[in-house]
Amino acid sequence: MNLRRDVFQAIADPTRRAILLLVAAQSMTAGAIASNFDTARPTVSKHLQILTECELLSQEQNGREIYYHFNPQKMKEIADFIEPFRNMWDDRFNKLETIMKNYKPKQ
Amino acid sequence: MERKTKVHAEAGKQELFITREFDLPLELLFKGYVEPEIVEQWMGTKVLKLENKKHGSWQFETADAQGNVVLRSNGVIHEFVPNQKITRTFEMEHTPFPVQLEFLEFEKLTDDTSKLTMHIVYKSGAFRDQMLKLPFAQGINMAHNRLQTILDKLK
Repeated sequence: MNLRRDVFQAIADPTRRAILLLVAAQSMTAGAIASNFDTARPTVSKHLQILTECELLSQEQNGREIYYHFNPQKMKEIADFIEPFRNMWDDRFNKLETIMKNYKPKQ
Repeated sequence: MERKTKVHAEAGKQELFITREFDLPLELLFKGYVEPEIVEQWMGTKVLKLENKKHGSWQFETADAQGNVVLRSNGVIHEFVPNQKITRTFEMEHTPFPVQLEFLEFEKLTDDTSKLTMHIVYKSGAFRDQMLKLPFAQGINMAHNRLQTILDKLK
C-alpha cells in the first residue's frame, strides 16, 4: 500500500476534511462526528476508517466508547511535502511584487 | 506573515493550482510577465527568448554561482491576451519530465490589487507529485554544493 498517496486521497474529500477539522478541535466518538453531517452513518464510518488507516486519526477506547483523536504529526507530513514547492513560488511572487512596486514611478 | 501564495493539489489528480493575490494593479502584474528583463529578476533566470504572442516560443536558462548552466527550460505560447491570460507549455530540457501545460489567468481585484491563477496540467498524477518534490530535492542538492565549496576551500 502506498501510504503517502492514501494520505492525499484522504484529504481530497471535502467530508473527510470537515471531519478532520471537527476532531482537531476536540476528540469525539463516531456518533458525535456523524451527528454533524447529513450523510448516512455508514458513509461517515467509511470516512473514519479511511482517515484512521492513513493515521490522520487514531482511535482510543474510553469505557464503552471509542474516541477519535487527530494526529497533527501526520498532517504536518502532508504540508511538508507541498511546502517547498509553495515556498519557491511564494519567493518568486514576492520578488515580482517588489520589483513591480518600484517600477511604478518610472511610468 | 500571511501566506499569500496558495497551492492546491488534490490527491490522485494530474493537475494543480497556484493562486496569488498581488498588491499591484493588473497591468503592472502582467508587465512583470512580459518584459524579459523583469522576468529575469524575479524568476532568477536568464531569458534567452520570450515571444509574447500566439504561437510564439520562450526559452530560459538558469546558471549557478560559477556560471554553469544548471537548467534550461522552454515552451510554446498558445494564447496571449494582454492583462487576461497566457496559455503555454513548459519543458525542462535534458530531464525525464514530460512537457506540462500551463494556464495563467490574470484578474483585476481592485484598482491596486490583482490575482494570478496558474493551472498546471501534467502528463500524469505521478509526474505531478515528482515535480512537487523537485524544489525539495534541489534544496538538498544546493546544500550539498555549498558543503562541497566549503570542503574544497579546506583542501
